[in-house]
Amino acid sequence: MSVDEGLRSELQKHGIFILPFEQLYNWGRKSSIWPLQFGLACCAIEMIASAASRYDLARFGAEVFRATPRQADLMIVAGTVTKKMAPQVVRLYNQMPEPKYCIAMGACAISGGPFKDGYNVLKGIDRYIPVDVHIPGCPPRPEALIHAIMTLQRKIAGQQLGREQRWYDKTATTEFPIPAYGEHDLEPPVNRQVWQPPRDYRDVTIEEIAKA
Amino acid sequence: MEAIEKIKELASQAVPGAKVEIVNSAPAAAQPALLVDREQVFAVARFFKEDPRFAMDFCSCVTGVDYPKVDQVEVVYHLYSIALKHGPIVLKVRAPRELDQCRVPSLTPLWRGCEFQEREAYDLYGVKFDGHPDLRRILMWDEFKDHPMRKDYAPPMDYDWEPTPHDDTLQRAMATEGVVPPTAIVEAEKAKKK
Repeated sequence: MSVDEGLRSELQKHGIFILPFEQLYNWGRKSSIWPLQFGLACCAIEMIASAASRYDLARFGAEVFRATPRQADLMIVAGTVTKKMAPQVVRLYNQMPEPKYCIAMGACAISGGPFKDGYNVLKGIDRYIPVDVHIPGCPPRPEALIHAIMTLQRKIAGQQLGREQRWYDKTATTEFPIPAYGEHDLEPPVNRQVWQPPRDYRDVTIEEIAKA
Repeated sequence: MEAIEKIKELASQAVPGAKVEIVNSAPAAAQPALLVDREQVFAVARFFKEDPRFAMDFCSCVTGVDYPKVDQVEVVYHLYSIALKHGPIVLKVRAPRELDQCRVPSLTPLWRGCEFQEREAYDLYGVKFDGHPDLRRILMWDEFKDHPMRKDYAPPMDYDWEPTPHDDTLQRAMATEGVVPPTAIVEAEKAKKK
């Protein structure tokens, strides 16, 4: 910004704030993240505790749990997502207006958790919808959820107006395909546009071993 | 309540033609069970419900057991009497494993509480209950074709990435051309040295 820092702070003392639109937008967005009011399992109890008086999510502007996706900005996937429930979760996310964010709360929501080897639990909600913040824990404590919301607020504060974001891109779809109930599994079992298997420095593929 | 031998005798007398057998389930379960043939299990169950010496007014549990070695699926009922404060009587009934022949009579007409539990047994074990008022899947979705608690059930191959695979999961991760964990590097290096 072209305004001098000293001049800006001097003007602030007189109640005149000079800031880019971007900052104003982001300030508005991050200070009133309204979560969608829904829980799937025991993590929801911790989510409720975070919203109650002891942990008081209202301090972060995120206490207004909306009972309809049309008024919500944030989806907290709190708990085990079964394959039977997954299409409904994706549908709810589709029904939320942009800009929308998603927090995957707890081991089950991020990976399937202890039920990962089971036949009816989705191996992480990030296979169908883009997740902004993952919180590990079983269940995560309310402090962890608050930390996730603060992390999301930092992320929102760094967003650039008119660039990179899904909701500014006229060609990008904001509808995520809803998986169908198949005869043996959900179809498709994963949305490749949203999720790819991660690679880290320890990963070696079978071909690489064969070459060695 | 009487000893299991006495119960068996009373049931056999009350329902002529019923093949009742005592199954000792120890050490898996403390109570010996009564194995009844499919044709007579409803009559035997009604006897336990209506006879004043038993008055089994509560069926607490219905579940299935898969025995692939003997090619049978077993359905287990646990009966209690709240009026007389005794129980359980464990009733067992067996059916062949083949899906079209895997049928047993429903006990829902006797105990309404069996309805959802029999639906669960149908969903997970593939046992069809004749006379059940509403036999649909209860846990899995309607389009689902398998019965996941059967021993020969193979879960869908969706192991495209595992952070810490081991045992069966490792085998499945490798079979689905997935990513191999760091231990595989160590193994490969060992093989190289040899």
